Amino acid sequence: MGRAPNFTLAADETLESLLGETYAARVARVPLQLGETGVDPFGLDPQFAKYALLWVAWMHRHYFRSEVFGIENVPKGRMLVISNHSGQIPIDGMMIGASMFMDAEPPRIVRAMVEKWASSLPFVSLFFSRVGQVTGVPENARRLLEQGEALLVFPEGSRGISKPFDQRYQLTDFGLGFMRLAIETQTPIVPVAVVGAEEQYISVANVERFAKLFRMPAFPVIPQWFVPGGQLPLPTRYRIYFGEPLTFQGDPDDDDSVIEEKVQAVRQTIQSMLNRGTKERKHIFW
Amino acid sequence: MQPRAKPSRALPSPDKTTVLVTGVCGRLGKRLVRVLHRNVRVVGVDRRPFADKPKDVMHEQLDMRRKKLKDVFRNFKIDAVVHLGIMHDPRASAAEHHSWNVAGFGKLLDYISQFEVPKLVVLSSANAYGPQAGNAQFLTEDAPLLGGQNFSDIRDLIEVDMLAQSFFWKLPATETVVLRPVHIVGTVRNAASNFLRLSTIPTVMGFDPMVQIIHEDDVVASIVRALEPNTRGIFNLAGTEPLPLSRLVALTGRPTVAIPHALARPILEQMWNFRLTTFPPPELDHIRFVCMVDDRRARDQLGFRPANSARECVTSLASGKW
Repeated sequence: MGRAPNFTLAADETLESLLGETYAARVARVPLQLGETGVDPFGLDPQFAKYALLWVAWMHRHYFRSEVFGIENVPKGRMLVISNHSGQIPIDGMMIGASMFMDAEPPRIVRAMVEKWASSLPFVSLFFSRVGQVTGVPENARRLLEQGEALLVFPEGSRGISKPFDQRYQLTDFGLGFMRLAIETQTPIVPVAVVGAEEQYISVANVERFAKLFRMPAFPVIPQWFVPGGQLPLPTRYRIYFGEPLTFQGDPDDDDSVIEEKVQAVRQTIQSMLNRGTKERKHIFW
Repeated sequence: MQPRAKPSRALPSPDKTTVLVTGVCGRLGKRLVRVLHRNVRVVGVDRRPFADKPKDVMHEQLDMRRKKLKDVFRNFKIDAVVHLGIMHDPRASAAEHHSWNVAGFGKLLDYISQFEVPKLVVLSSANAYGPQAGNAQFLTEDAPLLGGQNFSDIRDLIEVDMLAQSFFWKLPATETVVLRPVHIVGTVRNAASNFLRLSTIPTVMGFDPMVQIIHEDDVVASIVRALEPNTRGIFNLAGTEPLPLSRLVALTGRPTVAIPHALARPILEQMWNFRLTTFPPPELDHIRFVCMVDDRRARDQLGFRPANSARECVTSLASGKW
């Protein structure tokens, strides 16, 4: 009995020092639709998210020592945050989420569209749902945007995150769904480039046969995982660039080729942000 | 005008609307009748006897697949049919299940078109969508009915829903309403209510999906609304606001036990084989994945607002005789 409140207290204090204000005060400024049980319709539970945030915030500030650029570009209402995806494990998503909550004003809880496969995994699905992540289907995205939420989409999907090391910072193909959604719901697109995640886990290959066998989206080969302590990501320095919001007009049901052009515009923007970011940094680790 | 009913029956005033309720002896049917019979004439149809029926309710104890059902349509001028007589007994043989649900409902539809009944209300279920990892958080009425994908025993229930849908264009003169409520909770004896009545409630370790439940009286209220003229279409009924399954279980105040899915499934299968449980193994997916609905259409077009909260649903589990 005695330990639990102490832990809660310690958690609150640590978070307060990381956030510069109490967690409750910050959450109060986030536009949320909590029900009677304190959980939102998609399963986000701020009381649960607090403990997740505790170590995400610590990673953001002290482990990856993220540098955030252009956070003032984040608009107020609904938005689609479109980012490159890298690093084998979606830590990049967590760090974007952390900077939107810790560095943006007003703070936002960004909701990522999670691979359907993750929703079938025990604990993972539960964790994702309670910290506000949603299953990646268009109906969910549309509904969240109608509610004025901030949505994080990785149009590269699992192709991007499981890139081997030799293809780092080269964007793979973008899906077109996010653009149709943005046009349909008249949502501004915030392009984001994450530099630093590619080097956290160095994957030398992606064995597709095993991926198929285990019904996983990818099967990366990461040598550092066989070294004691190598299971942790390498403490690279994250650089997160938020670009100016882009808006697109047109017919959401247009031909793929027409949509593709608009998607390419976003892709180019992110690629050039990535190029600039990798050029600007002096070292991977600091 | 000649009276249509047999003279032996004491009928209320003939200008009253007559509603035929199938499956009237179920718990939901009885509750519906108690609400309906004050304003309309109710004719019940069921294989089972209707022991404590209100005096002004007529009950025909018959099998829906029998020709005798036609006499009911012949004898009474039916103004609306409420179809609750759907069998969902996972222990029943597949053939019996299918013939009752599909052939029986087919007969009913034949008579509805033959006797030009202006209204049909079918109680389907949101479970027809099926719990799936890749489900949208809130399924709309246009979502495909995939419930049978991993649970083949409920395919005929989906067929009933489809048959009712085909009525929209086959017989546009009849206003057809298909209601798809989420898990109905109350004195009813369905899987959801039985689950919440277990003395120790099992959960699947690492899963805690958001759930919606609806109080049986809210379902009754929605059927009454659906009977109003000029309503037609498919309506999801969402009931309470969504809450995590764990919070719902906590409301019952009962102990829980979390079992890993890799164990839970084979255990349940064995228990099912040895008839130690009433839950078919595929129903495990309901406590793993979301299967929630978007009820905006019911709110806008039916004007339906559920009156009972999750707490009230759980309280009503124990009340009433069962």
